[in-house]
Amino acid sequence: MKKSNFKAWLYLLPAVLFLGFFMVYPLADVLVYSFEEGYNSASQTFMGVGTYNYRYVLHDPYFLQAVKNTFILVIITVPVSTGLALLISLGLNSIKKLKELYQTVYFLPYVTNTLAVGLVFMILFKKTAYTDGMVNLLINLFGGKSVDFIDGPYWAKMFVLCFYTVWVVLPFKILILTSALASVKQDYYNAAKIDGTSKWRMFTRITLPMISPMLFYLIITGFIGAFKAYSDAVALFGTNLNAAKMNTIVGYVYDMLYGDSGGYPSYASAAALILFAIVFTITVVNLMISKKQVHY
Amino acid sequence: MKVILQGLTKKFPSRNKKSKEEVVAVSDFSFEIPDGKLIGLLGPSGCGKSTMLNLICGLEKPTSGRILFGDDDVTDLPPEVRGVGLVFQNYALYPHLTVLQNILFPLQNLKGDKKMTKAEMLEKAEEVAKLVQISELMERKPSEMSGGQQQRVAIARALVKMPKILLLDEPLSNLDARLRLQTREELRRIQRETGITTVFVTHDQEEAMSISDMIVVMKKGVLNQLGKPQEVYDDPVNLFVAKFLGTPPINVFRGEVRGERLFIGGEDVLAVPGVGDRPVYAGIRPEGFILNDNGAFTCRLTAVEVMGRDTSVVSTHPSCEGVNIRSIISAENLVDASKEEVRFDLKPNKVFIFDTDTEERIRFGVNGRMGEDA
Ligand SMILES: Nc1ncnc2c1ncn2[C@@H]1O[C@H](COP(=O)(O)OP(=O)(O)OP(=O)(O)O)[C@@H](O)[C@H]1O
Ligand SMILES: [Mg+2]
Repeated sequence: MKKSNFKAWLYLLPAVLFLGFFMVYPLADVLVYSFEEGYNSASQTFMGVGTYNYRYVLHDPYFLQAVKNTFILVIITVPVSTGLALLISLGLNSIKKLKELYQTVYFLPYVTNTLAVGLVFMILFKKTAYTDGMVNLLINLFGGKSVDFIDGPYWAKMFVLCFYTVWVVLPFKILILTSALASVKQDYYNAAKIDGTSKWRMFTRITLPMISPMLFYLIITGFIGAFKAYSDAVALFGTNLNAAKMNTIVGYVYDMLYGDSGGYPSYASAAALILFAIVFTITVVNLMISKKQVHY
Repeated sequence: MKVILQGLTKKFPSRNKKSKEEVVAVSDFSFEIPDGKLIGLLGPSGCGKSTMLNLICGLEKPTSGRILFGDDDVTDLPPEVRGVGLVFQNYALYPHLTVLQNILFPLQNLKGDKKMTKAEMLEKAEEVAKLVQISELMERKPSEMSGGQQQRVAIARALVKMPKILLLDEPLSNLDARLRLQTREELRRIQRETGITTVFVTHDQEEAMSISDMIVVMKKGVLNQLGKPQEVYDDPVNLFVAKFLGTPPINVFRGEVRGERLFIGGEDVLAVPGVGDRPVYAGIRPEGFILNDNGAFTCRLTAVEVMGRDTSVVSTHPSCEGVNIRSIISAENLVDASKEEVRFDLKPNKVFIFDTDTEERIRFGVNGRMGEDA
């Protein structure tokens, strides 16, 4: 080892040790747990090595429900929130008056606590003995029938969860996109204007490619964030998510570890690794698509 | 296509909330650009040159005044129907598109009976690419090209839809000296070959003088002088124009006219027939000095720089407004650099005198006539 190399490693040592202990070791451990069959956390013993944990998890209806929920959440909220954020950013970018005010208003949810927001949503949507909730009052006003969004039908609960998720992730996306849009030089638009470019073509041929790195960043992190959703569901539907049929994959992992029926680190590890595989695949696919579509 | 500007004025609202004062970027600008000529629009930074171009191409609406292309009033027309090509100060090439895609961009916008097929567009793009000599670069991205190449792509993009008028906003300012020289010749060639009426903005007087058919000198939004480059150089209307044109710049002195003679620092240096007694600014072009040991004008010698053909004599004088006086004399007249003093005679047609208040030109004898004749 060259001397300069040695020095470099010395400087890196604290970070390497820290990451090793708190990241790499647990990750490796998860992998080990997931293949140890019949692991007993009290006696720290296991019966054999194999894929039983995976087979169990993949046949567990709660897990399948969680996967379904998570996928619905991802497929709906990522495009909707990104699209909505883009629309709002375009709007913000084109107004002059009160721009700062609107930007602040749109950013507020970002600095608000998730659980507090969840409670507010619950109050808006929940049906109790005393009131049907704000949203239902509105629905009634337009002649609709009350729906119990928190304890009612599956689609209603899913709607609230998606709505809530979009609402929570929107501010950050708007923040990123407004600055991305603002960084596109006016000259490009002026050049396009002189050449008689239509508004739509300006958007698709200039604006979109120019902000594509940021857009792509938001989509990737959006996917990953949505796959890891958990606290949002808890905030809305409480801790017994399996009963509410509103569990997510991360929620399932958590329940397997610490929930009322918990204490199964092997199942939890297997589920976590399945989640990892899903997120990894999707991110790789995203990256592959982006090679063609994103202009750095 | 000839372009006529009539009393063109552009005011920008003040950003400053306290004072309501507006910024007048272009003020009552009137002149006519003859068909097929190359016009150099010249002025210091912030004098309204870019604003002027934006008005002509329609990106900005004038506060008052009219713009005519040929016989058509285009003042209220949007940019896309005016048929102008604009090359931006920083080129504004779309960075995510290749050279070819950049050049095709304006063609793909064409609608109605002007709409072209793919093959026609390609043919057209290749034609202009050849004109500006970038045919081998068609598949490159702007970031993979030199400044000069980018500039040519920008010109190609502006030319491809055959605009009636081509506007260039300081297109050479990002290039190094050598490339600048080369590209400006090329610009001239392209303009000649296409015969498109061209307005070329620059704050570099040499650039404007070297390639323009006509130059327009503006200051703080006001047209100061317009004419053939050499005419404007030989016959400036005011001190600003005199100072702005020429390298090395004109030497300016505080002087006085007494009995139709010009006095600088107490020395009687030149006859100025027809000028009344008054304090004046005297501007002397570097080539207006004649070395003469018995000359009337005495300066303190600082340095002698021999530069090939010419010798540049650097000296000082207490009445000089600048730090140094630069005079260019032919190299045969060797100057002894060890001397303390150097004496000159002055060429009357290279000396201009100006009012000290208005800085307007005061014409006299020889060079008084020239302006009227021309
Ligand atoms: N959109 C605007 N709003 C307010 N003032 C403006 C605007 N555009 C230009 N100005 C002002 O108008 C004046 C002329 O600006 P312009 O850009 O035309 O100068 P220029 O001659 O092109 O300068 P440069 O050589 O630096 O490019 C400047 O004082 C500038 O501050
Ligand atoms: Mg400018």
